[in-house]
Amino acid sequence: MAAVKINELHKSDLPWILEYDESKCIQCGKCTAVCSFNAIKPAVEIRKKSNSITEKNKTERVLVIKQNISLDNYCRGCGMCANVCPNGAIRLIRNKDDKYSVAYRANKADSFKKGGRSNLNTEGRTLDKIKIGRISQMTDPSLDAQRHTFELRTPFGRVLKADKLNFDVKDGKIVETTQLPPNRWIYPIIFGDMSIGAVSWRMWEAMAIATAYLNEVMGIPIRMCTGEGGIPTKLLKSRYVKYMILQIASGHFGWNRIIKAMPDMTEDPAGILIKIGQGAKPGDGGLLLASKVARYVQEIRGVPRADLLSPPTHQGLYSIEESVQKMFLSMNAAFKFKVPVAIKVAASVTSVPVYNNLLRDPYNIVGGFFLDGLAAGTGAAHEISLNHTGHPITSKLRDCYLTAVKQGRQGEIPLFAGGGLGQTGSFAADAFKLICLGANGVFTGRMLLEIAGCVGSDTGKCNACNTGLCPAGIAAQNDNLVKRLDVDKVAQNLVNYILATDIELKKLMAPIGCSSLPIGRSDALITVDKHISTRLDIQYAC
Amino acid sequence: MCRIGAIKSKQKLHPSIALKLMRSQQEGHDDSGFAFVMQDMGGIFENYKELPLMSMAGTVEGARLAEDILRDIGFTRVMQWSPDINNKKGLKIEALPIYMFEALQYPKSYKHATKEEKEELLIDTSIRLRKALEETNSGYIYSFWPDTLTLKEIGSPKDIGTYFNLWEENKDLTSSIITAQCRQNTNYDIVRYAAHPFFLEGYTGLVNGENTFYEKNKSYQERLYKGYLGFESDSQCLLYTLHYIRKILKWPLQYFKHTITPLSYDEIIKREDSDILLRIKASLEHLEVNGPNTFLGVTPDKELICVCDSKKLRPVVIGKHNDTVIMTSEVAGINDLMPDRNTEEDIYPNERETVVIKDDLTVERWQQ
Repeated sequence: MAAVKINELHKSDLPWILEYDESKCIQCGKCTAVCSFNAIKPAVEIRKKSNSITEKNKTERVLVIKQNISLDNYCRGCGMCANVCPNGAIRLIRNKDDKYSVAYRANKADSFKKGGRSNLNTEGRTLDKIKIGRISQMTDPSLDAQRHTFELRTPFGRVLKADKLNFDVKDGKIVETTQLPPNRWIYPIIFGDMSIGAVSWRMWEAMAIATAYLNEVMGIPIRMCTGEGGIPTKLLKSRYVKYMILQIASGHFGWNRIIKAMPDMTEDPAGILIKIGQGAKPGDGGLLLASKVARYVQEIRGVPRADLLSPPTHQGLYSIEESVQKMFLSMNAAFKFKVPVAIKVAASVTSVPVYNNLLRDPYNIVGGFFLDGLAAGTGAAHEISLNHTGHPITSKLRDCYLTAVKQGRQGEIPLFAGGGLGQTGSFAADAFKLICLGANGVFTGRMLLEIAGCVGSDTGKCNACNTGLCPAGIAAQNDNLVKRLDVDKVAQNLVNYILATDIELKKLMAPIGCSSLPIGRSDALITVDKHISTRLDIQYAC
Repeated sequence: MCRIGAIKSKQKLHPSIALKLMRSQQEGHDDSGFAFVMQDMGGIFENYKELPLMSMAGTVEGARLAEDILRDIGFTRVMQWSPDINNKKGLKIEALPIYMFEALQYPKSYKHATKEEKEELLIDTSIRLRKALEETNSGYIYSFWPDTLTLKEIGSPKDIGTYFNLWEENKDLTSSIITAQCRQNTNYDIVRYAAHPFFLEGYTGLVNGENTFYEKNKSYQERLYKGYLGFESDSQCLLYTLHYIRKILKWPLQYFKHTITPLSYDEIIKREDSDILLRIKASLEHLEVNGPNTFLGVTPDKELICVCDSKKLRPVVIGKHNDTVIMTSEVAGINDLMPDRNTEEDIYPNERETVVIKDDLTVERWQQ
């Protein structure tokens, strides 16, 4: 009887199983060359030549493609091999009985890490159960999305209540008497904060090009957040920095360069975003594994090639009062109180108290509240955090908006929501619904990656952003892989997608009779789910 | 759809003129109600201009309740007037038992009170009366303010006119400003409070149209000032915004239009006052109005104003003849009342215009 080594890793333990049709294979080698995970290899199989029991020792050697059975070099299901195979000789089958993550922990005594997003999907999607149900008809006519003009700008920066503006009236006109908090009017979509390092320089550059193009050529005032990884000095000193929101997080990566460049900056940045937490892994800091710390990442961040872990909290800030006094004030002062300073937190049961505290801060120095939901993506995280920590975005955004309404302070700290938008393919609809629920705007990272060609999914496909081996060159830092990404093509696709989204937003504004953003227009929404109706205070429909 | 009208004259006019103005626009409304507000009173109210005038309708119990509250606060009745009722059979009207109009003397303790203190007393009393009448379902308080009289009722405007003997002109019930609406407006329930014109502390507003930002306006205004109550109609929001801009913030009238239909960012940044307008756009974002509408208003300075939505989706026309100006939904109404005017001087306001009829009837037109 043959011996089976039970405690070894077997093909049947892996998340994806290779199906290979030798009769179609021309042995071109493209599949093995393209696999960035080294998960498949050419191999030789010795096969019996004949079925006859009398011709015993006649065998032949056949060249085949096999998958590696390894804890490190295993198939993530990205499907690149199938994409390049000219004959369709190779494909991957999802293994329902996958035990890989158990084997990983059992062998390595370490928490399992991955990139991408949560793959549990136990929550269901609230936004898909909401429809735009208040359609203008007859006496209150729908607008024409093609012919009418629409205002799609939203304030970013602290907004003061009208009676706190300290306006004076001279010769029948209002005049300002004091310096007021900085306020910018931006498109309600922000390119989410993905750092140079988390994504490849080509991906980051494509986003920056698309941002500049949308602003300067298409007249769409979109903003991009740098993420916590710095920004090229050349860009800092250029006029295009006015479209960039500089992020500072607990690792302060890249800020040495930013501070050094300040005297030479010709434009103010669009804003500062202080990241306290992120939706995909709340309570954790940033995580960039050494394999992704390429030479240029080291230079921008000023760090050695090592695992880069941002602390889970900003050192020295233990209360909201402290953060308001120290960090926010410092960042405001750094740009002479001319640049909005906003905060990004993970959606949490505690979001409302945090928002309330900031709303009531007497110095009015918090200019935006970015709330990130648990369906958000990340470059790298412990799987346990990704799958089991966090809070859905929709109800928490609504809670924050309604707590402001209760105090008559809606709009004073603009709300921006993100995390899993466009998950089911309808980004504009998701954005629109969140705006109706009270968001001034939304931010997204995942849509940008998908537009760029990310092959990952929410059901376990790829999700290897943490490895630096992204097969699409998006989250890779390996030169050969990065070159797979065509910067210009990605930038073009990003621009096109935003143009399409712009049309779709208007297609939703027009039927509800709105020529400007319907921030807080929850009356336009209905839901077929009674619980959602009660929780979000929108009309139940059946 | 509503039909609205505002009349201002150097003469004192009887409300029959408002009925006549609305009669020729009958095809445009659903014949379901009639309401009017008279300001700058003449006739029998001429001598009581400085005193609060209460306009209420309700049951006998409601009237008693209102009297008790007023007495409790210290008001004393100086003059009372009720319309002559013609309750002939077949009239389409949902009449209430009592319509009461009383001029009241302020409580003695207010003898040396400032104007602001008196106004505070009036709004507080008005709110208290309204709540008490609502709780007992015994009546409606439409206005409680000097030199102002309001009547609203459900039914056919023609029959309402007959019931209150409003078709026959007389010199007792007159004023220089009359605002009126036909149709017991509301897209929701038939509620008397939902009928335009709405009145608050000297400001009157009427709207022909819809306000698709009702939810936004309402959720903001509910916590903005104690007098912003009811919200039975999406149109009330426009009156409250006018009141907020002028009375609370004390901003010039031109900023009302900048609040309800702000210019786009691209238009604003080309202007010298861009900083101010962007601040207003951000701070009062929740008071923006969307949807098709025409707003007619009266201010405490006895000015008439007219503004339209930013896409000019609802009609309005302004005509002037001798010493009277009429703003109304359809030119047919003005043609009936002012057949001899020079129609070339009629004004059809555009989407960015504010038209103001000053107290001396001069016309001011501003582009936003």
